[in-house]
Parts: sequence; structure tokens; C-alpha cells
Amino acid sequence: MNNLSRFLASDFFYKFRRSPVAVIAFIVTVFLVLSAVLAPLLATQNPFDPGSLNLMNGFSKPGVPNDFTGETFMLGTDDQGRDIYSTILYGLRVSLFVGFSAVVFAMVLGATLGLIAGYTGGRTDTIIMRIADIQLTFPAILVALLIFGIAKGITPPSYRDEVAIWVLIIAIGLSDWVQFARVVRGATLVERNKEYVQAAKLIGRSPFSIMIKHILPNTLGPVLVIATISLALAIIAEATLSFLGVGAPPTQPSLGTLIRIGQGFLFSGEWWILFYPAMTLLLLALSVNLLGDWLRDALNPKLK
Amino acid sequence: MLAYVIRRVFQSLFVLLMVGLVAFSMFRFVGDPVDNLLGQERTQADIERVREQLGLNDPFPIQYVKFLGNVTRGNFGVSYRQGRPVADIIAERAPATLELAGVSALLAVVFGVGLGVFTAIRRDGIVANFIMTTSLIGVSLPTFLIGILLIYIFAVELGWLPSFGRGETVQLGWWSTGFLTESGLKAIILPAITLGLYQMTLIMRLVRAEMLEVLRTDYIKFARARGLSERAINFGHALKNTMVPVITVTGLQIGSIIAFAIITETVFQWPGVGLLFINAIQFVDIPVMAAYLMLISVMFVLINLIVDLLYFAIDPRLSADASSRGH
Repeated sequence: MNNLSRFLASDFFYKFRRSPVAVIAFIVTVFLVLSAVLAPLLATQNPFDPGSLNLMNGFSKPGVPNDFTGETFMLGTDDQGRDIYSTILYGLRVSLFVGFSAVVFAMVLGATLGLIAGYTGGRTDTIIMRIADIQLTFPAILVALLIFGIAKGITPPSYRDEVAIWVLIIAIGLSDWVQFARVVRGATLVERNKEYVQAAKLIGRSPFSIMIKHILPNTLGPVLVIATISLALAIIAEATLSFLGVGAPPTQPSLGTLIRIGQGFLFSGEWWILFYPAMTLLLLALSVNLLGDWLRDALNPKLK
Repeated sequence: MLAYVIRRVFQSLFVLLMVGLVAFSMFRFVGDPVDNLLGQERTQADIERVREQLGLNDPFPIQYVKFLGNVTRGNFGVSYRQGRPVADIIAERAPATLELAGVSALLAVVFGVGLGVFTAIRRDGIVANFIMTTSLIGVSLPTFLIGILLIYIFAVELGWLPSFGRGETVQLGWWSTGFLTESGLKAIILPAITLGLYQMTLIMRLVRAEMLEVLRTDYIKFARARGLSERAINFGHALKNTMVPVITVTGLQIGSIIAFAIITETVFQWPGVGLLFINAIQFVDIPVMAAYLMLISVMFVLINLIVDLLYFAIDPRLSADASSRGH
């Protein structure tokens, strides 16, 4: 309880409470994450179990009883009678899982390389940062597309759907590690020359333990900010790739896949198949983005 | 100065060689090229003949050099899916992408600079604040959703503009243009807005920030004291001095426009290079992927090089810095 009360009394929490935008963004994010985690409990059906679908329910309008079966679907159904509300919950799951995993992957990779580059310096530093510079000249989405394409070429066709999610995570993660590496390297360069690091060196700590136990904790503030902003970018990147038809497989549709499917019904008047997944994606991206923006300002010592 | 230019050029060449190596490895190791070219009914003799023809029996470095030689002559191999030379397919698709990118860039610059100046001058006005808030939302909207929204409003509800394709095109030599027909002009409006919107907001925010900075300086106060008209101060003095960063950022964004064209082209089924690339990924058409990768890398590297060298030409402090380090 001591930690909690200390947190509640902190400067950070005070600032958070005083910012309505941050509070709302936080509540929306938590709400969406919880619904994704609890999707199997909240959903009215498992939309990807063909046994639970009834084709007669196809194209039910939102909130109106179906003409044939009399069943009512809050957000309507698609052409195969899948409940849009349930597909959104499951899609949210895939989107958030890919987003979180990609950011964690990028964070671990970037922070490791940044620590090594900053701590060892010299040629290692030059090589790592030069690669980062080169990658930064290409837009992340292009890098992710390319990695996805190559990975697809390497895996045998029968496995492609199974590994697609993991390929997606690696592709988005690899396209996003540079930010983390740059920030951690910068912070490491500053910390490296401080007295506590010199002292740790003197008592014979190994470079590995100095990097992990002493320097890394001091770089976490900016890393947290970048991770939050990266999460919004990763969610959008995943949705974009899936929308382009090169992301999540049809067996595990994400929000992007749902929007891709929904676009096909735009002209025939079934707007709800597109509208609700799109709004969910928008809400998710916007609230995570706002949270990241707020965090950046709140943790910035210059703005105190 | 010269040393810097030479170093920069070598760096760029090195990047291109690395990209070439990635592209070449894709050819060589992703799937078996022989499998991809020969059908089911092949004999061992066929396989040997094709291996010899493609030079697959040569050592790796020699294969790589041969590959680079082919690429510099514009020979990117044959598409697995269409069975035609990749260079021909890309040449056929390039005009569509270049016209779309050109119109988007133009929209982005004209509206970006215009709105940027407006929001800087009327800093506290209601309209300016509204534009700034809307632009924030616009930045966090994914490109493909903007495209779909525009299609919904202007193609589905209002029915004013087409939702896909390029309309009728006119062939001018090898270049097919959509600018000369009414349907072609109508078709480019929605994709160009979708593609240019992000860059427009970027330029607008940059121009606004730079303008606010410049409007605070002494020479603007002096210009006011001299009794110059607002128009002469804002456009003749202030805007002129914000142009250096705006030009460099716009230059760097040209590459992004071409890259993001992939998304816009998919939303609007615009028959350009980006759509070609997405289809190539879906069908694992390696030669097309490799060719696109190399073309876009050459473009990015060239743009970066030119912008870096332009900095030198524009900002004398940089060259002074470099020469003092050299001694």
C-alpha cells in the first residue's frame, strides 16, 4: 500500500488528475484493452467458429430484429451472419496483441543496441548508428512491407497463415527499433561518465551488469514515452498492413482486416460492417496517441 | 566542402550497394528461381540448362556483380506472375504514380503554405484555431480511413467523383496521362487529396511555427515602423525567410509521398507502381519486389543526398564548420 499511496501523492499523478484529456484517453484505452482481453466472455458468439453462425442472420441491420430469424444484433452482422460486435472484440484482440508485441520487440532490440552503442562507443557505435540512420531514411511502413514480403517468400505456403501474426510483429518491430536505440544511446552517453558508473567500474562490476542494472533504469523515462507513441503507430501500421491485405490472415482478422472487408460493402449500403470497426480503430489510435503526447509533456523536465 | 561531397556520394553508393545485396539475396535465396521459371514437366537437362543460363553455377560474388550490371542496364528480370520483363511493367505503371504524387505534392505545398501563413497571422482567430485542431485529428487518422471517408462522401453519398481507377487516359508516346480527359481529371481528385493531406498538415505546421518565429524578429518590427503594408511584411519579408526549412522538408517528403502512394493506390485501385508492389507481395513475385525496392532506394538516397548538399549551399555556417574540422 505504501507504494500506491506514494504514487497517489506524486507530482505525476497530480498532473494526470488535472488533465481531462489524459484521464479520458486513459479510461478509453483501459476500456478497450479490457474488452479485448475479456473478448471470449463479452462476445455473443465466436465469430470464427462456423458452427455458431447462421447464414440467415446475414446483413442484419444494427439494433433491428432480423427479418428471417428475429434475432437482434446491436451492431448488425456481415454477409455471413457474423455479429459485428463480436468480430470487433476479437479483432481488437489481434490488433492490440500485435501492437503490444511489436513495441516490446522493438523496445528490447532498440534498447539493447542503444546501450551497447552508447556504452562501448567507437566502431560498434558507428556501425549500429549508421544502420539506424540508413533505416530512418525509409518510411517505417515501407520497411515493414518489405520484411513481410521477404518472410512470406521464405516460409512454405502451408505455414503462411500460421506464422503471419508473428511475421507481422517482427516486421513492425524491426521497422521501429531505431527510435528506442537513439534515445537509449543518447541517455547512455550522458550516464556513462557519471560518478556512480565510474564507482561501479572500480569495484569490478562487469560491463553487462553496469549496463543493465545501473544505466538502463536511468533511461526508462524517455523509453516509456516513445513506447506509448510507438504503440499508437504500431496499431496503425498493423491496421494498414492488414487493410492492404498483407497482414493478419483471414482466420485471425484484426481491425484492419475488418475494415478491408467492410470497404467491399460500402456501395451496397451495409455501412455498419465498415463503420464500427473503423470507429473502434480510430478511438484506439487516438486515445493511445493522446496518452503518449500527454506522457511526453508530463515527463519532460523542461516543462515543469 | 569537396571532401564532404565526396564522402557523402560514397556513403550513398555504399547504401545502394547494400540495398542491391538485399535485393539480390531475395532473388537468389527466396524460393528457387529455377522452380519459379520452369513448370511441373521439367527434366534434369532443363534444370541444368536454366541454371547455366541464369548463371546460378557461378560463385556468389560473380553472380552479384553480374546482377548489378544487369540492374544498371535496366534489366530487372522477368516477373514470375506476368511473365513479362519487370522493367516494362514498371515503365507502364510509373506515369500513374508520378502524376498522382505530383498533384498531391502540389496540393500539399499550395494549401500547406497558404494555411500555415493564415494560421500564423490570425494566431488567435477562431478559424485558425479550428484549422489547427482539425489538423491534429487529421494527423492521427490512418491514411486508408481518410481515403474511405472521402469515397463515402464524394462517391457514394454525393456521387460526384469516381471511387476507383484512373478514368480514361491518353497515350503520349510511352507516357499515359490522365490529365487530358475529363474522367481522368475527376479520378485524380480524391486520391490526390488522400495522399497529400498528411504532407499538407506537416507543411502547414512547419510554416506556422517558422512564421511565428520570424514575425517576432527585429527586422519585422522595423518593417512595421517603416510603415510597410501588412501584405508586404507578411509575404515579402516574413514568408521569404521561412522558405529554407520548408523547401528541405518538402524535398524529403517527396520520397514519403511515393511510399505512401502504396496505401492510397490500394484504396482507390489506382493502377500505379504501389499497387503493383502490393500485388507482388501478395503473390510473392520476387523480381517485381526487388525492382521496386531498388528503384525506391535510388530515389530516397538521391533525394537525401541532394537535400544534404543543398543545406551546404544554403547555410554557410555548415561549410565553415566542416572545413575547420578538416584542419
